[in-house]
Amino acid sequence: MSEFILELKGITKTFPGVKALDDVYFKLKPGEIHALMGENGAGKSTFIKVITGVHAPDEGGEMYLDGQPVNFRNPKDAQKAGIAAIYQHVTCYPDLTVTENIFMGHEKIAKGTKRLLWREMHEEAGNLLKELGASFSPKTLMGALSVAEQQIVEIAKALSVNARIIIMDEPTAALTNNESEELYRIAEKLRDQGTSIIFISHRFEDMYRLASKVTVFRDSKYIGTWGVNEISNADLIVAMVGREITQLFPKKEAEIGEELLRVEGLGKTGYFADVSFTLRKGEILGLTGLVGAGRTEVCQAIFGAERADKGKIFYKGQELAVRNPLHAMKQGIGYLPEDRQKQGLVLSWEIGRNITLSSLEKMSKKGHINTRKEWDLAKRLAEKVSVKAKSVFDLASSLSGGNQQKVVFAKLLTADLDILILDEPTKGVDVGAKSAIYEIISDLACSGYGIILVSSEMPEIIGMCDRVAVMREGRITAFMDREGISQEAILRASMADADPQQDQQRWA
Amino acid sequence: MKNRGGQPVVVPAGSPGPTGSGQPAAATKKSLSASIAKFRELGLLAFIVILAVGVQFRNTSFLTWENLNDIATNTAILSILAVGMMLVIITRGIDLSIGATLALSGMIAALTVKEYPGLNPYVAVLLGVGIGIACGAVLGFLVSKINILPIIATLGMMNVFRGLTYEASGGKWVSAHQMPESFKAIATGKVLGINNLIFIAILIYIVAYYFVNHTRTGRQIYAVGSNPESAEVSGIKSGRILWLVYTIMGGLSGLAGVLWVAKFASAQGDTASGYELSVIAACVLGGVSIAGGSGKISGIILGSVLLGILNNALPMIDVSPFWQNWIQGMIILVAVLINAMVKRGIDRNNLMRRRI
Amino acid sequence: MEPRLLENKKEFSLKGFFMQWEWMLVLLFVAMTIMNVNLSEFYWNFDNLRDATMSFLDKAFIVLPMVFIIILGDIDISVGSIVALSSVIMADLYNHGVPMPLAMVICLAVGTLCGFINGLLIVKFKELSAVIVTLSTMIIYRGIAYILLKDQAAGKFPDWFNFLGWDYVGGIPFILIVFAVFAVGFWYLLHKTTFGRKVYAMGSNITASRFSGIQTDRVKIIVFTLAGLMSAVTALFLTSRMGSTRPNIATGYELDVIAMVVLGGISTSGGKGRMIGAILAIFLIGYLRYGLGLVNVSAQTLLIIIGLLLIFAVAVPQLKRVRSKR
Repeated sequence: MSEFILELKGITKTFPGVKALDDVYFKLKPGEIHALMGENGAGKSTFIKVITGVHAPDEGGEMYLDGQPVNFRNPKDAQKAGIAAIYQHVTCYPDLTVTENIFMGHEKIAKGTKRLLWREMHEEAGNLLKELGASFSPKTLMGALSVAEQQIVEIAKALSVNARIIIMDEPTAALTNNESEELYRIAEKLRDQGTSIIFISHRFEDMYRLASKVTVFRDSKYIGTWGVNEISNADLIVAMVGREITQLFPKKEAEIGEELLRVEGLGKTGYFADVSFTLRKGEILGLTGLVGAGRTEVCQAIFGAERADKGKIFYKGQELAVRNPLHAMKQGIGYLPEDRQKQGLVLSWEIGRNITLSSLEKMSKKGHINTRKEWDLAKRLAEKVSVKAKSVFDLASSLSGGNQQKVVFAKLLTADLDILILDEPTKGVDVGAKSAIYEIISDLACSGYGIILVSSEMPEIIGMCDRVAVMREGRITAFMDREGISQEAILRASMADADPQQDQQRWA
Repeated sequence: MKNRGGQPVVVPAGSPGPTGSGQPAAATKKSLSASIAKFRELGLLAFIVILAVGVQFRNTSFLTWENLNDIATNTAILSILAVGMMLVIITRGIDLSIGATLALSGMIAALTVKEYPGLNPYVAVLLGVGIGIACGAVLGFLVSKINILPIIATLGMMNVFRGLTYEASGGKWVSAHQMPESFKAIATGKVLGINNLIFIAILIYIVAYYFVNHTRTGRQIYAVGSNPESAEVSGIKSGRILWLVYTIMGGLSGLAGVLWVAKFASAQGDTASGYELSVIAACVLGGVSIAGGSGKISGIILGSVLLGILNNALPMIDVSPFWQNWIQGMIILVAVLINAMVKRGIDRNNLMRRRI
Repeated sequence: MEPRLLENKKEFSLKGFFMQWEWMLVLLFVAMTIMNVNLSEFYWNFDNLRDATMSFLDKAFIVLPMVFIIILGDIDISVGSIVALSSVIMADLYNHGVPMPLAMVICLAVGTLCGFINGLLIVKFKELSAVIVTLSTMIIYRGIAYILLKDQAAGKFPDWFNFLGWDYVGGIPFILIVFAVFAVGFWYLLHKTTFGRKVYAMGSNITASRFSGIQTDRVKIIVFTLAGLMSAVTALFLTSRMGSTRPNIATGYELDVIAMVVLGGISTSGGKGRMIGAILAIFLIGYLRYGLGLVNVSAQTLLIIIGLLLIFAVAVPQLKRVRSKR
């Protein structure tokens, strides 16, 4: 019997063009809560998918369960081996009861008649839930539960298959503090019963509160494993970020001009509230915070894709009620969406047609498209942002992530805009393309655009922005200007438990 | 058992549905959505009662034993088909071909008994069901294996089945005097003092209730409709479930075809033309979500009964039969719109709870 | 970074040119013609072929906007009912003393309104699919026609109204000329204008289209309204051709129309297909019907053939996809 219940040695996972995991090590003891930390894109998610059998690792790495080498071919294998994962976005059947969600795929069936044993299942589900301290009935519909309650159901599901290793992927991101506390309690209880937990979180408090060990990944690589008490907060941040931040970023000093945008008290029930800030010409304003803090929703409200129900937006001093994205773009506000494949591009189309999609009116006369003009413009803009492709007729789906993002940039440049809202512009883009995108952003700021840069990547925020607004649970909790920006301050503001109203420094 | 949007619904113990016996905290939190969900069934029931009383005032022959029996026998076929349609809609599909399947199997059963008058009527029933199953299996194949949209597949096959019905009969009717008494007795006979049609419908409802609530396959139908992606991950063979659902629908249509022909003692090329729309109306009215994943047996019983009463009552209170089409269409439209609005209300309510 | 030069002139690929669904349709058309010529000696006759268009082109008007709807990834099964309702209202008004030209204008207006209502419902209730919305309006529209006319026929139109369905201009059937004009118009709209480009974009990725500043709701409403208008145009020609109307007129037209569109290579999953394919399919199915009608193949057998053609047309591309997945 090995000391470790799970051990990974030298695991590498390559996707076409990207190394998502590079020679990674991990050791998990029975009855241990092990925190896994790292920035977005550090490789944590891929790591989980390897453990749970969703992805097969490249040749060369080794994985041991109880000291025995294992090789999961599919998620079912991992499940049978006692590994269960609980994701931040719960995947469930909203129309079915809690009991059914727990037992889906391994229902209790009467021998012979094949009748479902509801009474037994309800009872066992009820016991599991009681064990986890949940107060809802197992006969409740899944869709009627809050996210926190749904997560408890997922944990119950893991317990119902006798999982020995439970992976929790940012379970607290969407939870309130009380709900997080509940989750901590459950995790501790499971640990005391001998279950091992891999806990992935952005929140330091999660780690200090729960874990005994912490492993850090950075840029798909294994950085190290420490006892939680052995490593200071500052050292941990260095381990996570690890590079001299300012060098990577070709931030040029842009001339900061007059005010372009002023948002006052913007709110949308259930998503964000009291959001106020200004944006000036040539300025890059960072908008950061944890995933789910309401950043995207704020941006989409300004762009008119969603409707805010409170507050005012002033554009160049004039109050502006944005009706829809077209209206916003006509005024001069552009938006680069978070998910370029689903929201930014028509993947089955050529690069050229993608670029011109948002400015068809410009190259047409009375609705008739002038294709000559269209391809010329597409070529010019694609070259301006240096898209790597053979011709403007190459399909968008054939490009790498970075090049796809450049195409979306080119699309924004076709319109006459003053304000660019960039929502996670470097998400899922490899390092080389990243710096190219930073250069584009910097150049745009220099040429007079006002830019709102939404990002979860702290180096990016610190390296690129003139000012930063940090959001937490739908509210802006802090503003910092270039001198005052630091990782610690941002982290504190995005996770702080103090009343948001108190530490909110209004810009005015 | 479910309504989309996740409202706890009270159901008897021993069934998979949620009960209201949850903790007080949970109960108060979800009281609004719960009451809306209850409202649909109670509202339907109340509407049926009010309608019946109202019609009774206008025409006293409405609430007579004879008429009620008439309504029940007329509703039987509709409600049998509604079971199959509910399963199809739960998987996010739709079947427009059932009227044609019904006509085809009814016609072939009728032609057979016309040719062999001595035939045991049970054989005729089995024959009809068999033809229905074959039609349904073809549809299921097209939908699950070739990935054709249900609306397109069933629209196309509707014409094929309808055309085959005409082909089989050479465009002629099989009328009452060509059918042996034993065959017509399928619809007029009684079991335990209950009309055969009603008896069969009740039997089917009991079996269906057991199937969708107490077997793994039955629950998997809901799972596939509720979240197809998760279903794959949970190891559910969605393709097989879809195939099964359309085959069941076909089998029930075949059965309904024989019953129809026996009841009306005539088989025609255009038998039950457009009947699929009544069936869909009954389902939508009974709270089956067109977005898939939810629908309950009790709901479609009420939906079918309401439609059956309407069909019976409208002529009795001198509403022209030519209004029926319109009324049915409005029922479907209003029912789906109300379902959508209720869902929006629940979503809004959930957002308010986030207190941001 | 050195900017790379991108090619922006399309090179002509002979293989790509011939690997198009439309050539398949041309082949089918030739095969169908050979079959028909062998079946009946009356088929290969200019006058007959010309006059046949007068009997099958009525529903072709609806095919044109239906191409847009299916490219959007939606469907409209209420078009047959819109034909019935606008036809019945026109006849009813005329029989109640409204001058025929005005009745015809109202016919077009009714169709347009029906289509607009479809579009509005679909856009305002995005959680409902176009299938269920147009299914219910299909019943409602025809229901209104039944309420108005019961199961009676209405007609006795002025003689000049027959012109639409029966007459020639310069030796060419009037309906063919009108259809040609509309076909060119819709072809232009789909392939040469910003509107058509937006329709394709929405069919391929509606979210990206919205974020690109396309007013997706408006485009959708316009497309469904066009379907209503063209259904009313069909109503005019069909009523003229029949000489009278009934509430059950144009029953099942939605199937024929959808079959033509799908056979024309327009994918039901949206975003793909061309107008020319649908137009070829109109003539393919039209002449197939005509030829088989000449040798007394019954209307019911034709039903089967059309149904199978529809299934065949959607199954072929799906099969290709299933195979390429493996």
